[in-house]
Amino acid sequence: MAAKTPLYDLHIELGGKMVEFAGWDMPVGYPLGTMGEHNHCREKAALFDVSHMGQVELRGENVAKQLEALVPANIDGLPLGKARYTFFTNPAGGIMDDLIVSNAGDHLFLVVNASMREQDINHLRQNLPRVELTERNDLALIAIQGPAAESIVSAHCPAAAELKFMETTVADLLGAECRISRLGYTGEDGYEISIPADKADAIARTLLEHPDLEAAGLGARDSLRLEAGLCLYGNDIDNDTSPIEAKLIWAIQKRRREEGGFPGADRILAEIANGPSRNLVGILPEGRAPARRDVEVTDSDGNVIGIVTSGGFGPTIGRPISIGYVNAEHANAGTKIGLLIRGKINPAEVVTLPFVKQNYKR
Amino acid sequence: MTIYFTDDHEWISLEGDIATLGVTKHAAEQLGDVVFVELQDAGDTFDKGDAIGVVESVKAASDIYAPVSGEIVEANAKLSDEPALINQSPESDAWLYKIKISDKSQFDDLLNADAYQALIA
Repeated sequence: MAAKTPLYDLHIELGGKMVEFAGWDMPVGYPLGTMGEHNHCREKAALFDVSHMGQVELRGENVAKQLEALVPANIDGLPLGKARYTFFTNPAGGIMDDLIVSNAGDHLFLVVNASMREQDINHLRQNLPRVELTERNDLALIAIQGPAAESIVSAHCPAAAELKFMETTVADLLGAECRISRLGYTGEDGYEISIPADKADAIARTLLEHPDLEAAGLGARDSLRLEAGLCLYGNDIDNDTSPIEAKLIWAIQKRRREEGGFPGADRILAEIANGPSRNLVGILPEGRAPARRDVEVTDSDGNVIGIVTSGGFGPTIGRPISIGYVNAEHANAGTKIGLLIRGKINPAEVVTLPFVKQNYKR
Repeated sequence: MTIYFTDDHEWISLEGDIATLGVTKHAAEQLGDVVFVELQDAGDTFDKGDAIGVVESVKAASDIYAPVSGEIVEANAKLSDEPALINQSPESDAWLYKIKISDKSQFDDLLNADAYQALIA
């Protein structure tokens, strides 16, 4: 039996098509359809239920410094009210999961992937025994994403308008104390809001009264993040891919590059110095056939040089798009490549990510 | 003209020994926005059960299986430029193939409209 989020009844009422995802009953889409939900998010705003993700609080002396033993980001230097993207690395320099860490003052607030929450919590408990860990199963998490997100949320919570990209605060939203963070997974401006589970349904319904806000499902969430060039854990990054291969070097701040001291630092620092043997790149097929996960990538002579890790159709760009790994010598933008789809080589080109310009409020 | 259905959510109608094949309205709704259709060429022959095309939505690719054996007489050329036609008129303008059938008795295994309605109810 899949778990239900606090918004389950709302999804059913809205006509959500429910699928099991990481042990949760989640809406893959609503009657508007993936394409319509995607476009609504880019043009106005969309509400996503992401309550299946793990919300975790860490407390303890030097908790930020302690967490740095597991992630390569500068957490100790993260200012109050700031959020940062990072990942748990393994001893081989691969990625165990990616997550957002926020400095919430008296604690660190982490949001981890639904499929990895159990692994991550065990990993934290085992490796940081002096840290007090609280899993916030009493909170829902919704994302309001799109150019209209600020006006929709700030109508009920003026503090939301004051936040810039990757800033977080606690504020009253419709009578509930919520954590509001200006970030997301669509490439658009917007928020992720942690809401007490028993108030989430009423708050979501009130927000949805706004004419510019439509509920969107996992289908649109995936096409939006793909266009924005954002990695999906388990597809584009995993235990075998290093953050340098995945072009996530920007998430390893200078001090950590100099000091190391995180799992897999040997490989990761060596790849920073010498370059990785393969790179995650954007791939633009010339034709109309989408190249999905596990499609092989070839050079112009038909030799296999890589693999697609995510792919589909980008509604905003209006054509198929993929991301995947190719050997470093084929990773430059403009390189002509092939995609082996159903036994035929389809011409494509390596392009710079993202496919659709990110629209963050800096 | 009788229309038959399959449990792979295709429809097929027969006129003489030429059949017209497409996906059902129900299938089109389940697929969502169709963004790509790949069909085989006229002259290709196939057996019942063979994969003879692909219909892709934003999220996923679905194979089209031959409900009967035969030879492709015509593939609907409109669909390569206008894949969304499958969402608009799956059971008319967005037919996939015209097929010259090789064994009429294979239609005995297909569903009639009532049986198909019961399947998707």
